[in-house]
Amino acid sequence: MFFYAPLDADQGFTQKIFYIHVPLAIVSLGGFIFGGLLAIGYLRTGDRAWDMRSYVAIHMALIFGVGALITGSIWAKASWGHWWVWNEPTLVSFLIVLLLFATYQPLRFSIEDPERQSRYASVFAVVAGAFVPLNYLAVNLATAYVHPRVLTLTGAKLPPSMGLTFAVALVGIALLYVTLWKYEMAAKNARSQVRRLRRTLLGDDGVRPVGRSAAPS
Amino acid sequence: MVVLRKDLRLELRTWETLPAMVLFALVTFVIFHFGLNRTTISGQLAAGVLTVTVLFAAMLGINRLFVAEREQGGFDAFLLAPVDRTTMLVAKSAGLFLFLCVLEVVAVPAFALFLLGPPLGPALPGLLVVLVLANLGLSVIGTLVSAIAVHTRARDLIGPLLGLPLLVPALIATARAAGPLLAASHRASGPPGKWLLILALYDVVFGLLAYAVFDFLLED
Repeated sequence: MFFYAPLDADQGFTQKIFYIHVPLAIVSLGGFIFGGLLAIGYLRTGDRAWDMRSYVAIHMALIFGVGALITGSIWAKASWGHWWVWNEPTLVSFLIVLLLFATYQPLRFSIEDPERQSRYASVFAVVAGAFVPLNYLAVNLATAYVHPRVLTLTGAKLPPSMGLTFAVALVGIALLYVTLWKYEMAAKNARSQVRRLRRTLLGDDGVRPVGRSAAPS
Repeated sequence: MVVLRKDLRLELRTWETLPAMVLFALVTFVIFHFGLNRTTISGQLAAGVLTVTVLFAAMLGINRLFVAEREQGGFDAFLLAPVDRTTMLVAKSAGLFLFLCVLEVVAVPAFALFLLGPPLGPALPGLLVVLVLANLGLSVIGTLVSAIAVHTRARDLIGPLLGLPLLVPALIATARAAGPLLAASHRASGPPGKWLLILALYDVVFGLLAYAVFDFLLED
């Protein structure tokens, strides 16, 4: 990333953050939609494992989204001179999506019955997942473009070496997301299995009661 | 239909929600007058003020929408009745739609009286179309959000928290469509088609989506 791709003629070294910021944002949005699709799985089957998958997917996408926002701000400060630019549709729509999904955790937290928590959270995840592309459409039409359109339908407007680096970075971040998702799923499953084992071995007293939490247990 | 009639009768007997929404809208206009420190406004600013006021007044109605059902066991009664569950969605959003229309019948003339610089008359037909489309979106999303929020502990908190970001695209489209109608000079003859199209698309997509997922919110 640092040595292979050529320096940007206009922005020089600061342009390198592009290879982290853009994949983070794309993967985060993809993660939100992925969470919505997994939530459909829960609503169809009623199996709480699907809810767990959806929860972890959205949780991870939120973290990636915050990362994208921070790297984006740094880049914006370096290249446009402002931390935040309102007349930029990509920024604004991303912020709206992030704000919407930020309510996912409070929503889960304020429902006590676990069954109902899973169901309502899934309904929310489906609606919010469908909201992502629609929101993009609306906000994009609302304002003019400031972000350079490097990835258009007619193909990437990047020199080949930059395009290759970007593709590698995108795949890398996506794989990081998938890995973290699997890791978190494994951790959650292991924890619930340990609880089950303790309960069978030590009886109900041997297990600390689960406090109310946003995570499905 | 019965649910809708029940809701309307309840409102006509108690006058609980609707006057609160109207009063809230009027107070908001006064606050905008002082907050903006302007005696008259026009164009995009006027459209924004009107849209935001309607949105916040709608939030009041959305918060109250399912409270009576929850407090008095209306959900159970509804689930026992041999009807499709989505009728609840249709009835509730139709009720909210009517509430919003009544609200606007009062609030829009008051807005013209208090704040709007250019005369309201020529803009009225276009504004009517925009507001009807906006009401559709508000009522569908409002019903959905209200149904999610009513079973949570902090329902007055969760409702607006979920609803506002979901309604942002509709808000943008409404404000942009109404802006040229309220302009002081170079007034457009009709609302811009692009924004009406987005508003309609938004209504259709979320209408279908709410129709698809609403079943799950009543299973108990």
